[in-house]
Amino acid sequence: MNLLSLLDPTNISWPAIPEIWLGASACLILLVDAYGGHRRRGVTASITMMSLLIGAVLMSLFGMVLTRTVMFNGLFVADGLSTFLKLAGFVTMATAIFYSQEYLEQRAMVGGEYYVLCLTGLLGVFVLISANSMLTIYLGIELLSLSLYALVAFDRDSGIAAEAAIKYFVLGAIASGALLYGMSILYGLTGTLELDTLSLVVRQAPNEGVIVAIAFIVAAIAFKFGAVPFHMWVPDVYQGAPTSVTLFIATVSNLGSFALIARLLSHGLAGMPAIWTQMVMAVAVLSLLFGNLIAIAQTNLKRMLAYSAIANAGFVLLGFSTGQAVGYQAALNFTIAYVLTTLAAFGLILVLSRSGFEHDEIADFRGLSARDPLLAALMLVIMFSTAGVPPFVGFWAKLWIIQALLTSHHVWLATFAVLISVIGAFYYLRVVWYMYFEAPADQSPALQKPRMRLILLINTLAVAALGLLPNSLLEICQRLFP
Amino acid sequence: MLHIGLLSIVIWLPIAGGVVALSLGDARARAARWVSLAASLLTLAACVPLYRQFVNGTPNFQFTERMPWIPALHAQYFLGVDGISLPLILLTAFMTVPVIIAGWSVVEKRPAQYYAAFLIMEGLMIGVFSALDSLLFYFFWEAMLIPMFVIIGVWGGPRRVYATLKFFLYTFLGSVLMLVALIYLYLKGGSYTIASMQALPLSLAEQQWIFFAFLLAFAVKVPMWPVHTWLPDAHVEAPTGGSVILAAVMLKMGGYGLLRFSLPITPDASHQFDGLMIALSLIAIVYIAYVAIVQQDMKKLVAYSSIAHMGFVTLGAFLVFFILSATGSTRGAINGLDGAMVQMISHGLISGALFLCIGVLYDRMHTREISAYGGVINVMPKFAALMVLFALANSGLPGTSGFIGEFLVILASFKASFWFALTAATILVLGATYNLWLIKRVIFGPVANDKVAALQDLNPREFLVLGVLAVSVILLGIWPAPLLNLMEASTQHLLQQLLTSKIGVGP
Repeated sequence: MNLLSLLDPTNISWPAIPEIWLGASACLILLVDAYGGHRRRGVTASITMMSLLIGAVLMSLFGMVLTRTVMFNGLFVADGLSTFLKLAGFVTMATAIFYSQEYLEQRAMVGGEYYVLCLTGLLGVFVLISANSMLTIYLGIELLSLSLYALVAFDRDSGIAAEAAIKYFVLGAIASGALLYGMSILYGLTGTLELDTLSLVVRQAPNEGVIVAIAFIVAAIAFKFGAVPFHMWVPDVYQGAPTSVTLFIATVSNLGSFALIARLLSHGLAGMPAIWTQMVMAVAVLSLLFGNLIAIAQTNLKRMLAYSAIANAGFVLLGFSTGQAVGYQAALNFTIAYVLTTLAAFGLILVLSRSGFEHDEIADFRGLSARDPLLAALMLVIMFSTAGVPPFVGFWAKLWIIQALLTSHHVWLATFAVLISVIGAFYYLRVVWYMYFEAPADQSPALQKPRMRLILLINTLAVAALGLLPNSLLEICQRLFP
Repeated sequence: MLHIGLLSIVIWLPIAGGVVALSLGDARARAARWVSLAASLLTLAACVPLYRQFVNGTPNFQFTERMPWIPALHAQYFLGVDGISLPLILLTAFMTVPVIIAGWSVVEKRPAQYYAAFLIMEGLMIGVFSALDSLLFYFFWEAMLIPMFVIIGVWGGPRRVYATLKFFLYTFLGSVLMLVALIYLYLKGGSYTIASMQALPLSLAEQQWIFFAFLLAFAVKVPMWPVHTWLPDAHVEAPTGGSVILAAVMLKMGGYGLLRFSLPITPDASHQFDGLMIALSLIAIVYIAYVAIVQQDMKKLVAYSSIAHMGFVTLGAFLVFFILSATGSTRGAINGLDGAMVQMISHGLISGALFLCIGVLYDRMHTREISAYGGVINVMPKFAALMVLFALANSGLPGTSGFIGEFLVILASFKASFWFALTAATILVLGATYNLWLIKRVIFGPVANDKVAALQDLNPREFLVLGVLAVSVILLGIWPAPLLNLMEASTQHLLQQLLTSKIGVGP
């Protein structure tokens, strides 16, 4: 049929439909908001969520690729990994905006720019996901980062948010510089920007130039992940940014970080894994150690989750440090599981917040099970899942990373990882302790927000269901990194 | 075609009951209570065909269910029971009912969550005993920590937060290394099923590492000296029901793990380190029994006596090689393994009953200090009779189940070495000391104070619970044959596995 031949990805740039759609909707929303957004509250948010869901549908109808497709002069690649990550990106972003809606309204942050920045940030993530050239990678990182800097400072009356944004911006700019520097050395040595070519060219015996370039690139990637010793921005940004923005950084942006390392290191520098796996391993071990230890001392939940994010970045990087497909599969599985649980964790902070009250101190959760049994039970599931206790998805995420480490004969690293996660369990348990074992400080029941509760319940049930029957997710991950 | 087997029912029925109770909420506590009782009774009823249809005399796993669970990791939903796991499953189902009944009118704080936690835990513990896939085993093993963490933390005593965090982190730390060992075995053998791990040839060095990884997990659970320190804290702070389940069932998971994993998977390492294991067991028996004597808190006393009695389980399990080298044959080794198993079941009944007795007193007086009591027999004759019975059973009085297990293990240790037997047998004196002294101070003598004088004797609910336990303790003591017959083929098989070296066999 003629119509079907139109859908042939080699004829038309259909695989790029998510990016095109996102760019178009960002422009549209900017216009809608400028002309009609102030008259009806919430309309911009609804349109944004709608366009994200339509984007997901469009993508699954027209954007699916059966074989790896490289387009736009080698700048852009569409494959199974990109399809999966973009679908995950659409859904995550829509959920994140849904969770944030009421929070933003309570704080009078209803400007349409917020949603436009979310969409451009997501677009940056998508560009990263489909990057097949160092140029595209840089483009994606900058698009994502610039949107994030603005979002962190979105609450312009908040001093702490402004401080976080400045910190994030200055350090982020340095990291971008490092990345650019590393890339330009690689370009100078190999004469190519394209990752496919790069992976074929960089195979010779290590020369000092390549090692220096890789060091700069790994540093930039570690910064994006918030891995030690490039983690200094993470706690301040997580705590200082509005919770809805923290949610964005912890989830959607994480998909971008994963894509960055998957494209640049495990694909682009696949010819020389011995160099970068060692660097990644060192960064991962440090992240696990410091992230988990410092998290113990935190009293603010957002800040605690920031250190937990550092520790979890350590797990993802451990997966990559194996330099083998099984490690990449495990890292992808870990990322998806982490995004799913973190979405609910910040969603719970958001649902409990009221105007003028952030509900982000761990002490604020005191006695939650007496005030609101449902939300407390959901938080319990989330905390045990992040701690890696079955029957929740976080257990399988960690299990697979450990299995990947043992497959690549890193027995001591696996032992270290499980022991450090016992230390990590303590601070997740402390949240449960405050919710269940302490008497409530204030008796006022939590706000109802029934729609949000429903989505949170579904989100948490997904965490439990993927814990009981993890096979589908594991199989997808296995197929994406053959 | 989906076929739901009997084992799946006894695992998921209580969990489903727990979810229903949880969703009923504390506002409908009455309904939640009845649902929980019904669920626990139905689970017990489902165990009846499990017992009746079980075929003695074969070491093969029965009631097996096998379905793909996580093909990506080659993990299966693989269940089955043999003579080692079936008694423990029956014990679990049997002990949960008194726990539910004992909390009937006593638990006022968040009752629905209380019952739900116990039911979910029952299902998970039965899952531990019936899993034949090690990943499934680990899944249940770890998941069970969550309800126990909540039970101690919410309904426990004044230092409950400290106790429950210690409990969780201690056991979690022990378990994670076992996970590494299991994955290692999977990568080597290509399968997560326990049977294939038992058949996998391993070098001595591998076995040593795996042995210690397992040992840490199981020794913490048993608990063996010196990793026992979480137990007295957890017991003292836990609510009555929590203590009962902890002592009656959860500790048995450690013993079960040793019999199912450590001994058959790493027989050569077990042989190499059996001296260590026996030494640790004897220290637990003697030293901890002395510690028990000086306790001021009744629960702590029973908790320490539990550690001492679990020492018999580990002692019985690791005597085999000494018996072989001392007598040249393995006759008698079976006694040790049998004794370990009987001791687990008997200790489950007796310690559970003792904790229930202490709960009865605590509900009335709100103190567990021994010095607060005295002359209870004058006001609570029925209760006193039962508690004296359980205390005597705890010190190994012939005619009660406590005697059988200890006797079999001491008999076996005679075959191994006179000195082992002599040391182990001191428990007969020391056990009598702390049990009888406890009884003397709490039950007998003149009425100590006005509070004791005002005590009410057992109500019918409490009498029913303790009465049933008393009957089973005596029944098992007089006629242990059904239990021994149940286990016989499986312990024989275990002995065979133990004596088959895995070094340098096969590919």
